[in-house]
Amino acid sequence: MNLSRRNFLKGTVAGGALLTAGTAAEARPNKTMPPDALGLLFDSTLCIGCKACVAACKRVNNLPPDPISEEFPMWDAPLDISGTTYNIIKVYNSGKANRKDEEVDGYAFMKQSCLHCVDPSCVSACPVSAMIKDPVTGIVAYDPDACIGCRYCVAACPFGIPRFEYNKALPKIGKCELCRHRIPDGNYAACAEVCPTGATLYGKVTDLSAEARRRLALKPGEKTIFPRGRLGGPDWSYQGVAGKYVQQVYGDKELGGTQMIKLAAVPFDKLGHPPLPERSYASISEGVQHTLYKYLALPAVVLGVLSVVAKRNTKHEDDDDSDSGRGRK
Amino acid sequence: MANAQHAVAPLGGRLVTPVTVVLAGLTAIAGVILLVRFFFGLGAVTNISDGFPWGIWIAYDVMVGSAFACGGYAMALLVYIFNRGEYHPLVRPALLASLFGYTLAGASVIFDLGRYWNVWHLFWPGYAQINSVMFEVGVCITAYIFVMWIEFSPVFLEKLGLKDVKRKLSKVLFFFIALGVLLPSMHQSSLGSLLVVFGYQVHPLWQTVLLPLLFLLTAILLGFAVVIFEASVVSVGFKRPGETPILARLSRIMYWLLAVYLVVRVGDLAWRGALGLMFVPSFETAGFWVEMLAFAAPLWLLASAESRQRRDRLFVSAVLLMLGGFMLRINGFLIGYETGPGWHYFPAVPELLVTIGLIAFEILAYIVFVRMLPVLPKHATH
Repeated sequence: MNLSRRNFLKGTVAGGALLTAGTAAEARPNKTMPPDALGLLFDSTLCIGCKACVAACKRVNNLPPDPISEEFPMWDAPLDISGTTYNIIKVYNSGKANRKDEEVDGYAFMKQSCLHCVDPSCVSACPVSAMIKDPVTGIVAYDPDACIGCRYCVAACPFGIPRFEYNKALPKIGKCELCRHRIPDGNYAACAEVCPTGATLYGKVTDLSAEARRRLALKPGEKTIFPRGRLGGPDWSYQGVAGKYVQQVYGDKELGGTQMIKLAAVPFDKLGHPPLPERSYASISEGVQHTLYKYLALPAVVLGVLSVVAKRNTKHEDDDDSDSGRGRK
Repeated sequence: MANAQHAVAPLGGRLVTPVTVVLAGLTAIAGVILLVRFFFGLGAVTNISDGFPWGIWIAYDVMVGSAFACGGYAMALLVYIFNRGEYHPLVRPALLASLFGYTLAGASVIFDLGRYWNVWHLFWPGYAQINSVMFEVGVCITAYIFVMWIEFSPVFLEKLGLKDVKRKLSKVLFFFIALGVLLPSMHQSSLGSLLVVFGYQVHPLWQTVLLPLLFLLTAILLGFAVVIFEASVVSVGFKRPGETPILARLSRIMYWLLAVYLVVRVGDLAWRGALGLMFVPSFETAGFWVEMLAFAAPLWLLASAESRQRRDRLFVSAVLLMLGGFMLRINGFLIGYETGPGWHYFPAVPELLVTIGLIAFEILAYIVFVRMLPVLPKHATH
């Protein structure tokens, strides 16, 4: 078994080739959305930046105020989502910023909260099942009792959503869970419930998707009816005018789709939503893992071979009790 | 590791020296900072944030620390799997360094875990999430730490005079040696796989599905480099004769493995069409060049048989390879990682002091062990 250097290298290269070939072969497809998945439709052209949704989110989730800074503790005005702020409205500014929903010299609002991916990176990343995607509603939920606080979800999320409490001795991850704790009482996402313009709309993703497509088909400036609250709930609709939409439903295809979908009149990458491929990162990562570790087949075979070889190569040491003994080479 | 083929003996000598006192002091400072961390949270002593949720306690202590601790793995692979018995004298010291490196890398994870009291969930059916790369890494590193203590236990058994136990253990030790080669192959590659799910957040100079292979090859490479580095430092530090001839032979294997790695690394960049990115001026590109030059330089430094006989070249090459492996991991997890605009990270002073304290503790424990236990080869046999 005295392998030459060449064989050593051959083995290394062969192992690499195996790894490469396997990776391509075993890749799993993207996961698919449950038929009754729940979600949100956010329409940037309807958002007036009132932040009622930010306050409502804090109220129903029992979250403390986030003052701008220690210097200005009198304003509960979080600058970003955090371990204690799950939803925020951000603004895009350009030049004079005096025209709403214009890319040049304009401004536009954007909601930042969990998109509830169809194939979430955080769920794939979490080693202890603390991030779970509900098989019926598709809501990506967090279980602090399971969580070890490794923050792999924070690092993995392509949208930067899960946040961690860095200044607590007993910290938790914080993220939007689509008000799943309010569903049993017949309530729904507070952000949609309080939205005065219907910019944030709650409902089944299939219905929201149809509504988004309806709006994209409208001519800019055309009169139309906008629902508010939740689709299928009491009629809170009102008449408004269609925006100059970018012809894209963000979240329709991105990384295999998300359950919060978005419309806007300013290109999405300007609103902090980068263009993303259709293939989910979770599927690529799990493809690599399954190639190497499915049924532990590959490790078992390798262990078997290594055991046999190691036994042969250490045989001469078995009965050798003195340290000066020399076995065969 | 069964009985060594070469005679080994405790070094003896004084344990309290200026060096060990300084190391103990650095360890104590880290201990105090960790107390603050457990009472006031990670933010009190580190600069990590939601944009950089992993700082040097993960990127260095775990990623780089465990790779630097691959000497035992690389030598076990060479001696017991490829049956290169002539390298046997290097196994025990390498394994000891690995033992400390891994044990501390594993233990340091606890400092970084926000909800550390739940850590047992990793091993508990119902919680364990087998699709997670982190799950594989956590379980596999833990298992390897146990395996290494078993592999190393003949040294304790020798000291304690438990010959019966030692003989029984030596009958099954081959299995633990096999595990001791399999497990690092698994988790060292998985440390690279951790980055795959980050997707576009990792710069294309590093984001590839070949990450597991790149991390595995460099882990073995670093294993050899660290063995050369440690043998050099030990021979100078403890004023012992050098082991240059055997290190020269070892460096030849390392040399060819390095060549394979560079072909895979550059080939992958070319295949993904990412080669051009290395000429785009940016912070990431600078990190890339440091990494690649550190890997490439030993290819020139160790090119001839004569150059491999030179202690200085061996030492410098080993240090450069360690720098390359360090940069690959730091680049992947910190420099090449960007989750969005506006996030910056540089370790805080207390954060650095904890990492320094860990390294100090590791060196301190190594010194104590080789002075008290039969680890290093006896002078007389050389």
